[in-house]
Amino acid sequence: MPKDGGIGASTKRREDVRFLTGKGRYTDDINIRGQAYAHFVRSDMAHGILNSIDTAAAEAMPGVIKVFTAADLAGVGGIPTGWQVTDRHGKPMQEPKHPVLAEGKVRHVGDPIAVVVAETLDQARDAAEMLDIDITELPAVVDMRAALAEGAPKVHDDLTSNLCYDWGFVEENKAAVDAAFASAAHVVSLDLVNNRLVANPMEPRVAVGDFEDHSGNSTLYTTSQNPHVIRLLMGAFVLGIPESKLRVVAPDVGGGFGSKIYHYAEEAFVTFAAKQLKRPVKWTSTRSEAFMSDAHGRDHVTKIELALDADHNFTALRTDTYANMGAYLSTFAPCIPTWLHGTLMAGNYKTPLIYVNVKAVFTNTVPVDAYRGAGRPEATFQLERLVDKAARQLGVSPVELRRKNFIKPDQFPYQTPVAVVYDTGNYDATMDKLLELSDHAGFAARRAESAARGKWRGFGVASYIEACGIAPSNLVGQLGARAGLYESATVRVNATGSITIFTGSHSHGQGHETTFAQVVSEMIGIDAGQVEIVHGDTSNTPMGMGTYGSRSLAVGGSAMVKALNKVINKAKKIAGHLLEASDEDIVLKDGKFTVAGTDKSVDWSGVTLAAYVPHNYPLDSLEPGLEETAFYDPSNFTYPAGAYGCEVEVDPETGKVTVLAFTAADDFGNVVNPMIVEGQVHGGLAQGIGQALLENCAYDAEGQLLSASFMDYAMPRADDLPMFKVDHSCVTPCTHNPLGVKGCGEAGAIGSPPALVNAVIDAIHGAGRTDVTHINMPLTPARVWSALN
Amino acid sequence: MHNFQFVKPTTVADAVAALEHDGAQALSGGQTLIPTMKQRLAAPEVLVSLTGIDAMKGVCKGDGGLHIGAATPHAVVAREAAAYYPALAHLAGHIGDPAVRSRGTIGGSLANNDPSACYPSAVLASDAVVVTNKRQIAADDYFQGLFSTALQLGEIITEIRFPIPERAAYVKFDQPASRFALVGVFVAKFAGGVRVAVTGAGEEGVFRWKEAEAALSAGFHMAAIEDLAPPKQRMIGDLHGTPEYRAQMVKVMTKRAVGAA
Repeated sequence: MPKDGGIGASTKRREDVRFLTGKGRYTDDINIRGQAYAHFVRSDMAHGILNSIDTAAAEAMPGVIKVFTAADLAGVGGIPTGWQVTDRHGKPMQEPKHPVLAEGKVRHVGDPIAVVVAETLDQARDAAEMLDIDITELPAVVDMRAALAEGAPKVHDDLTSNLCYDWGFVEENKAAVDAAFASAAHVVSLDLVNNRLVANPMEPRVAVGDFEDHSGNSTLYTTSQNPHVIRLLMGAFVLGIPESKLRVVAPDVGGGFGSKIYHYAEEAFVTFAAKQLKRPVKWTSTRSEAFMSDAHGRDHVTKIELALDADHNFTALRTDTYANMGAYLSTFAPCIPTWLHGTLMAGNYKTPLIYVNVKAVFTNTVPVDAYRGAGRPEATFQLERLVDKAARQLGVSPVELRRKNFIKPDQFPYQTPVAVVYDTGNYDATMDKLLELSDHAGFAARRAESAARGKWRGFGVASYIEACGIAPSNLVGQLGARAGLYESATVRVNATGSITIFTGSHSHGQGHETTFAQVVSEMIGIDAGQVEIVHGDTSNTPMGMGTYGSRSLAVGGSAMVKALNKVINKAKKIAGHLLEASDEDIVLKDGKFTVAGTDKSVDWSGVTLAAYVPHNYPLDSLEPGLEETAFYDPSNFTYPAGAYGCEVEVDPETGKVTVLAFTAADDFGNVVNPMIVEGQVHGGLAQGIGQALLENCAYDAEGQLLSASFMDYAMPRADDLPMFKVDHSCVTPCTHNPLGVKGCGEAGAIGSPPALVNAVIDAIHGAGRTDVTHINMPLTPARVWSALN
Repeated sequence: MHNFQFVKPTTVADAVAALEHDGAQALSGGQTLIPTMKQRLAAPEVLVSLTGIDAMKGVCKGDGGLHIGAATPHAVVAREAAAYYPALAHLAGHIGDPAVRSRGTIGGSLANNDPSACYPSAVLASDAVVVTNKRQIAADDYFQGLFSTALQLGEIITEIRFPIPERAAYVKFDQPASRFALVGVFVAKFAGGVRVAVTGAGEEGVFRWKEAEAALSAGFHMAAIEDLAPPKQRMIGDLHGTPEYRAQMVKVMTKRAVGAA
């Protein structure tokens, strides 16, 4: 039931007051006295030999402090990769060096070559125009299959080829999968592309480096989703600064969608340069730079096949995917098309045999890494398009074919053939809810109404499942992760009873300050206004792993609950002392400790004051103070799932697709703040519809970025979207975390692209054009028209 | 952006004089020029603002049609031309977004002659006259290809005079990212015949589709162009549409414009 505070209340986001009144403090708002400005000079060629850089004329320009090239970065390491994938043959992936500034070669448009640091940004930019950079252009590799061809130009000369890895999963199943295909009653196959995207958060990346000469301490202010991860990677691998001498602060962050997880060259550079120059150094990305330097997302080319028996049970699935890594391995890049993708290929179905092959390929393009959903949208898109195609090919209802193959509620926990164990779920329930909310029964009449206007109406569904709450450290360690993926929290109870939470999670728009306070309010029984959430600064929060993979509440929230339980246990001991009762008899309810079965009680603040003013306190058995830290490492992923429905109208004359309705029925487990959850789904749907309909990061054959600005890269706008119907009333609580939560941040972007494409194909088939079985995203008017003509 | 001098004259004569400086560049609403300068792709030494010249602003009914001052923003045209020339007002009201419409001007758009801009199609289809500080230029003579016009160095558009057609409509099919015209068609029916001008599609910028004009002059209805082949002009091919697609969309949008007129 909705209530005023605590779990389940649609409490308004407290952080919005500052965001909406211009009082947010973002990295670009940080200006340190005496700061200099860095301007990165980037390659305008996709591939070339860097012969020489003459900096003399630039260094003579007014205001220039220093021009840096790779030669000036002696002792600086390469940007590390956080995950090692082992290939089908037991070999580690090829892992090229990723220098902070180009060494000997440029490998993509946007690759940083030099940095001008000057008194003002304009001076830095003026001086940059005076740099004499001599590059011999080389042929570029852009298309992944071409990059793997014999004799293709190599992105990295010291590697054996452009193949990063050839991954098979589960390799031991391959023969059985092939045998199942050989004996299948039906085989359905589909070739498709998962289009490359640019995250484009509203706030571009910014980094400010500062150095304190007398202490030798470095500070980096940066637009990051995980400041501790940046401190670890940059401190240990790039700059060689111990954690005790390096503070990383990520203040308010204006969106990330994955692109602000990674450690970037610019962060290392400003930290390094600040120490070298003994001056703060600031870099603020332009939007143009963001297009060519923020990690991109998706970019898979896949062939997927489904085997079915005569009764239309799925018997086997196999996929063959080429995944673009770009020119260098970004922080989590190797993991995305493998462990976050292959492990989800079972989807919501009980397909017994699955084999996934992924070839990760280096090309002369911007590095590709996680983007909202990260691997799971790619898996879901292939699978849900294929199941839809199967239904059409077999002449059965796409909904019924899905239902027939769904894992049923009594089958949980469910071991899939791709390593993961789904703890709980009810896929029929979300499908029922979707069909009800989308008025599926009334679709035929709506289609007829559209037809009367010369338009083709279609309805498409997609089921999805994702693995969130990333991640059990021992499991991901076996899979190649070079870091743990627990989360941390410190609960500091102040003397008068207010609480400060220091969390290793980091909000870049999710509303943690509101939802985390709601959980505390619920558990202690004090007003949420008494709870302050602190995040984003390595100097005051325990080492945490940050926010991505819809993990904050499931993992960070669980750490906080664990620390709160420690606090409550101690507080009960203090209350027991004050009430002269055994702590086992103390009950905490509504902010009051009571001796069970009596009217003897003491308020929360009475206990907290006693903890810090321990005049009447069991000092012989209990330390004063009330502050606890906990680290929570999940025992499994969480598995949000749901069913999405999209209704479109296609204009056959122009190919234009209009999204008329979109319905999402999600099972996120328990929900702390329904309003925030709905907002997360709305945002995810906008991005998923953006991918399906509008967004396309395109390169030409020479490796030039064609969609390098908003003039050519189509972001979804409000009028591209319908009013959404979202529902999260189908709840199967997560069985293994204390809040029973699953995570909601990525679902919208995962389930929506296949639902939309399925709807367009339905519209086209509904008009009798059953020859059109697939159109690659984005479904722009020109592409749809071309498919029809 | 590089540094520059900025002058804001109040008369056309002063503007013309200011433009005689080396490296001087006229600035109207700045919707193209300012982003170009921010990208450091243009670096004029002197910007001569035309928006302080009252004589170049406003919409009024004059001899032979509607006279629009060249420095009139799109939003003002959208509001004030509505009573006289609804199709033109509609076009102006759908350029860019509110910020663009409040700053961008008709004269700026025509002087720039972006191949995807909306206004050139209205000027060409209406057989409008482009008035400068020196002369009057017929629409058919004014547009000379991609970003290219009959304007000479230092010549300033002061006014555009639109004959008002009996019926007219502009239909724009948006490029999904920029929302400039992927294809925009302005159809104007005058007593003496129909003119059809196409923007967004042609490799040489705005053009008249004369076969459609002939067919529609014979009978102003959608079916009149049903059997026409798409125009023969060379079409733009890019990320957002092939030449073949654009050609076909010219036909579809022409039909729709006739239907809407």
